Amino acid sequence: MSVITPPGQAPDQQVVADPPAGDSYLRRVANLQSVWILGVLLVIVAAFSIAAGGRFLSTSNFSLISQNIAVWAVLGVGMTFVIVTSGIDLSIGSVLVFSSVIAAKVMAAVGGDGWGVAGLGILAALVAGIAWGLLNGFLVAKAKIPALIVTLGSLSVALGLAQVITGGIDIRAVPGALTDFNTYIKILGIPALPFTALIVVIIGGIVLHKTRFGRYTYAIGSNELGARRVGINVDRHLILIYGLSGTLAGLGAILALAQFGTTTIAGQSLTNLNVIAAVVIGGTSIFGGQGSIFGTVVGLFIPAVLQAGFVIIGVEAFWQGVAVGTVLVAAVYVDQSRRAAALRGASAPNPLLAMLKLKK
Amino acid sequence: MPPLLEARGLSRSFGHVRALDNASFDINAGEVVALIGDNGAGKSTMVKALTGNLPVDSGEVLFDGEQVTITTPHQASEMGMEVVYQDLALAPHLNPVQNMFLGREVSRKGLLGVLGFMDEKTMRARAEAGFRELGGTVRSLTAQVGAMSGGQRQQIAIVRAITWANRIVFLDEPTAALGVVQTKNVLDTIKRVRDKGIAVVLISHSMPHVLEVAERVQVMRLGTRVATLPAKGTTVEQLVGAMTGALDFSNADSKEGAA
Repeated sequence: MSVITPPGQAPDQQVVADPPAGDSYLRRVANLQSVWILGVLLVIVAAFSIAAGGRFLSTSNFSLISQNIAVWAVLGVGMTFVIVTSGIDLSIGSVLVFSSVIAAKVMAAVGGDGWGVAGLGILAALVAGIAWGLLNGFLVAKAKIPALIVTLGSLSVALGLAQVITGGIDIRAVPGALTDFNTYIKILGIPALPFTALIVVIIGGIVLHKTRFGRYTYAIGSNELGARRVGINVDRHLILIYGLSGTLAGLGAILALAQFGTTTIAGQSLTNLNVIAAVVIGGTSIFGGQGSIFGTVVGLFIPAVLQAGFVIIGVEAFWQGVAVGTVLVAAVYVDQSRRAAALRGASAPNPLLAMLKLKK
Repeated sequence: MPPLLEARGLSRSFGHVRALDNASFDINAGEVVALIGDNGAGKSTMVKALTGNLPVDSGEVLFDGEQVTITTPHQASEMGMEVVYQDLALAPHLNPVQNMFLGREVSRKGLLGVLGFMDEKTMRARAEAGFRELGGTVRSLTAQVGAMSGGQRQQIAIVRAITWANRIVFLDEPTAALGVVQTKNVLDTIKRVRDKGIAVVLISHSMPHVLEVAERVQVMRLGTRVATLPAKGTTVEQLVGAMTGALDFSNADSKEGAA
């Protein structure tokens, strides 16, 4: 839960008063976890660029990378909201599978290759996603079951139902309109899938950082009881947050259908963990109250860039897992130390630098 | 003039425990009244009952001399009453401005406001004005509240309360965890709030602090009010005596209503 030092142990307020520099915009930006992790990403990009040159630093490579993270980015937006409330949603991968199965079934039943059929599929996927999300939210907020348990349950149930509906065999009847959308369409020079994800990311960022809905999301993750006391309808907000996560899983289902031209029943078992890892690498606190959509996007790029880079320089792609896991733990360690320093009232030095100094 | 807020004969039982037993309370506008009593004497229950956080079994509450039924905290807020809880109920990851306006954000004008966008500039300006008015020690309005000292946090909670309360502020143990300087700041703050014409109900275990800022002290014991004493001329020993039941003020109590 959120860490509060007991008031009695806090140093005298006269001493703690912020120096004027504490308010400066630049310094605040420099203290954000997402900015540090962006630095890590840039270092990784620079390293691969030196090692592989033009083969890595090419439009086609980055186009491919952005294609690969498009679905996860859409899921990551919802997951960021959920984790900022100090919740968790393990079910997104299964909800994605379930929604894509429903959408594929609907589209196959109607038949055809045009946008009319695709539109019905999109609607079906979104409705399926919303339904799962609201169910998760209701069980978390009203039945007071821990989010970890609720979404672990829906992870299992949603995937199980998807398998029951299909007999475990992927449905390949995806309208041409959808697959063409992925293959041929570019908007402002960006392939359609990443562009769609970008739109979702931008809207998600604005909602989280600029609106009342976002403010309440932080407040609930920071101090749920306090949020209740000032009159925020916490239960309703939590239901909406999980509903949002489910909706985006539904949208992700459509993107995945467009990308692969088939449902991916067996292919999403680690999606939830990958997205959670990206959100956490991006500086969103697993204890709630803190985080950003921008950080999540950076957190998604790190594993994707590592994977692409390893392939290009000829390192076995298996090393990606090793690297991502290490970055994850290191990022959280750095974040925690900085946060602890901030709560002690110190001017939050970079713990990595502090560690280097110690070693000298 | 009738008291600003008056409770008559409130009773509330939890199972076999009578948390409030025919308890009364009253406070006038612009007055600091201390509510003291041993643990379990019913102070918190009284505050909860007065602010719509707890329904009572019997008894009546009068606001401005008129009988009212306060059933929700929201209703109490609309009547101009705010509570500063002992845990302050601040969100540690949000800054003072965001905390101050939490749940009451100022919307942008027009369509943006409908979409949920907030007028950060106005909120910041109003928060600044609020902190300046209290001469507070909160220097940064952009740092996270969780990174601030206990005294600063207490001040933020109090400023938040008096920004929204124009009639009565309830302070639950505001000095319990503070050092000497911070405590003095909070007591000064209470006096300034009173000078604005807002009534302050101060719940505290610290007798010297109570005697320093309060005009009257109402003592609760076993769920009922056993004494109402003027702070002037009353000693800590008398207060402790009333709290523990060693001294009997029941005769004095019956006459204070008109005062």
